[in-house]
Amino acid sequence: MSREQQAVARARKAFETGRSRSLEHRIRQLKNLQRLFTERQKEISDAVKKDLSKSEVGTQLYETLGLEGEINLTIRKLKEWAAPRPAEKNLLILADTAYIKPEPLGVVLIIGAWNYPWAVTIKPLIGAIAAGNAAVVKPSEVCVHTAKVMEDLLPLYIDKELYPVVTGGVPETQELLCQRFDHIFYTGNSTVGKLIMEAAAKHLTPVTLELGGKSPCYIDKNCDISIACRRITWGKYTNCGQTCIAPDYILCEPSIQDQVIEEVRKSIKDFYTDNPKNCADYGRIINQRHFKRIMALMEDSTVAAGGENNESDCYIAPTVLRDVKPEAKVMQEEIFGPLLPILPVSGVDEAIKFINKREKPLALYVFASDDKVIKRMTDETSSGGLLANDCLVHYSVSSLPFGGVGNSGMGCYHGKFSFDQLSHLRGCLIKKLKMEGLNSMRYPPHTPEKLGWARFFILKTVDLGWLGRMALLAILVTVAAVVLQNYFL
Amino acid sequence: MSSPPSPSPTRWFKTLRRDLHKPRFETVLSELVLVKNEALHAINNLKKWMQPQHVERNLSTTLDACLVVGEPLGVVLIIGTWCSPVHACLVPLVGAIAAGNCAVISPSVCTSHTAKLLQQLIPLYLDNECFHVILASTNDLLEVVELKFDHVFFIGNREEGSKMAQAAARTFTPVTLLLTGKNPCYVDQHCDNAMAAQRIAWARFHNAGQSMVAPDYILCHADIKERLVQALKCCLMQFYGSDPRESRSFGRIVNLEVFNCTRNMLWRSGKVAVGGQVIEAEKYIAPTIMTEVVESDPIMQQEVFGPVLPVLTINSVDEATAFINKQEKPLCVYAYSNNKKVISEVMSKTSSGSFCSNDCVLQSLMVLLPFGGVGASGMGSCHGRYSFDTFSHRKSCLLRSTRFECVTYLRYPPYEDRNPSLMAWASTLSQKSQGWCQIL
Repeated sequence: MSREQQAVARARKAFETGRSRSLEHRIRQLKNLQRLFTERQKEISDAVKKDLSKSEVGTQLYETLGLEGEINLTIRKLKEWAAPRPAEKNLLILADTAYIKPEPLGVVLIIGAWNYPWAVTIKPLIGAIAAGNAAVVKPSEVCVHTAKVMEDLLPLYIDKELYPVVTGGVPETQELLCQRFDHIFYTGNSTVGKLIMEAAAKHLTPVTLELGGKSPCYIDKNCDISIACRRITWGKYTNCGQTCIAPDYILCEPSIQDQVIEEVRKSIKDFYTDNPKNCADYGRIINQRHFKRIMALMEDSTVAAGGENNESDCYIAPTVLRDVKPEAKVMQEEIFGPLLPILPVSGVDEAIKFINKREKPLALYVFASDDKVIKRMTDETSSGGLLANDCLVHYSVSSLPFGGVGNSGMGCYHGKFSFDQLSHLRGCLIKKLKMEGLNSMRYPPHTPEKLGWARFFILKTVDLGWLGRMALLAILVTVAAVVLQNYFL
Repeated sequence: MSSPPSPSPTRWFKTLRRDLHKPRFETVLSELVLVKNEALHAINNLKKWMQPQHVERNLSTTLDACLVVGEPLGVVLIIGTWCSPVHACLVPLVGAIAAGNCAVISPSVCTSHTAKLLQQLIPLYLDNECFHVILASTNDLLEVVELKFDHVFFIGNREEGSKMAQAAARTFTPVTLLLTGKNPCYVDQHCDNAMAAQRIAWARFHNAGQSMVAPDYILCHADIKERLVQALKCCLMQFYGSDPRESRSFGRIVNLEVFNCTRNMLWRSGKVAVGGQVIEAEKYIAPTIMTEVVESDPIMQQEVFGPVLPVLTINSVDEATAFINKQEKPLCVYAYSNNKKVISEVMSKTSSGSFCSNDCVLQSLMVLLPFGGVGASGMGSCHGRYSFDTFSHRKSCLLRSTRFECVTYLRYPPYEDRNPSLMAWASTLSQKSQGWCQIL
């Protein structure tokens, strides 16, 4: 048996013992996971620095703080989420109990990505643990040091049979995908996403795919361009543009293009100094392959700001491209780097048409002070999520489902959505062996009379709320009548 | 918005009688009324379902609007099954329409008359450009799936389901699969055998056993086996008379392929305790109960789409749940008992799409409970609001203003030394109150 087969087999055996199901176990594991982040912050940050050149503060802000918040929320709400959810009843089952019971799925496979290795690998794990599953964690092999830290530290804090970490590259991932899972959760690109979905389909395994795409950013000419550009600059160049929900390209009217470029340039200077290469808060491209890919994207566009680069250091300066054409290389694939193309459009109509001609993105950004513009964008386009007048931060609101649509992915997570995504919501109807008279209308031999009764019970909708209110009104009237009679008459 | 089926139910009765010899009563209840119910429920609740949902905000988004907006997916493909040919296509169609999509509907060609009737009637009632009916075999449908839809909804067997899922994966299409399997039915020694038998017999033998949600096999205590089989025999007599072939309330098998398959299972498994008569020319199989069936018998190796009910004996609830868990997760698990603890044990120790105690099938007809599978019985769900959600994309919307920039400055670089302690302080506050980092 290969190492991967063994890990999965052990996880399944551990799941079958039933120990991952109790609420106490789930909460205990989550609290242990919490301790990992408080006690091992240094080792986590050091590894992320080696992999992504991210500063310690950056790691906390963009990775671990979010996870700690998610763990806290889950621990606090788990009892409520895991409880049976009552279903409304009709006349036919008025005397019975109907509810939806969340149950664990079994063994979940979580395949992480390299850009925010902790956030995108551990957040689904929190949902998997909360839902009572076992989970095999496969961190991205691109972040060599972080994968090693996960492999070393996770078993020290959480159940190592139920939640094994399996490291490795493509062959190991392929070996894992030959095994049968009850759910696969993947964050990454759509090419690999498709392969994973096909492998999962053979076993009828449901998948959650958090992919990417080109997230458009429309800047209306009537908005505070300075603040808009500040927020866009932050959203674009954090993690050197290597964020699945980074604003990929800007659509704006030609009359404001120069102002936008100027404001972005100003914000770049404020954030990363005149020389971002020497700024501790500015990252690097993950590897040479991506560096070359991103550099090639710039080839047929005009650089308005930035453009400096250094291959040996995988450094690309925060760059803005102007007057970009839709056929340009930079518009043919998700950039995932610090290039910000600006495409001039005549207004919101053209922007909407442009966006709808393309695949549905993971995020859509609109900067406008006119609510009508925002409403049009919301109603007339489709995307995983939509954010008005800011970038990225919808990711941090746990009550909003985070996920894609169409080519940007399927399924969603964060907060309760993680719990529901990794649970089976089982419909349960609890009846008694009584009141058989009501059932007799369904038994053969069939008669028109029985049919009449059956139609009545099924089609009649009972608004129990209305009935309740009528009953209350009747009681109040009776009480009023009694009071009036006894005390005033 | 969809309207209820044709004002002339007689056409439906005649068509379903030709395909499945379905009794009129069953056509009305298990097909037409259910679709009508779904449509009415959707009409009454659509405004509520379409409303954007405002969600809980954290401290940093207090001044913003956080909402989830439901959007149509686009063009969906609905592939029905032959055992409830009308219901299987039209119930998901209600959800697809309610969610604002266009749809291509493919009723099963096994029930060819019903498929043709749907193909004739749907264009008379629904927008011809938005909704099309196609008639295609499963192999052709695999090619159709690859034409790229925004969602595929499939009801059928496991083998076909897996092929559909793989075809959908090639075009990155999300799927909902409701797949048939073997639905176990546990009967405890502490229960009213007569009442249990009545409910089980109705569930198993309606539509001549051709139902995805009928109890596929019984697991009962050795002590009560004889009594239960006797009670089932009495029910069959009550329902269909001494010769079910003459009863207008009993159906026929849909085609020779399914007939032969069921007949072979019957002949090569266990022992016939009740029924067992088959007449190929009529595709008639009498309501049959089998005993002395073992796990390795053909009838326990695949789902039974006919009026044959094997009864296996076990000695305890634990043995029953262990047996159920050895098999693939089914669409439904049923348990009959007067003892709440036994019901609770069967429910908590097994997994299935849905569960019903002391009755069968009803949980799959409720508009207010999700109906779907898990594991080998499928993924996703439908009925009522769940259909609407299946065919919608829930888009998260966070609508901020560009005022109060002074609050957001803390997230911008440079990350000076003072920032980590400030952030740690801010996030400690946040952990006590709401969620993640407030300063974002």
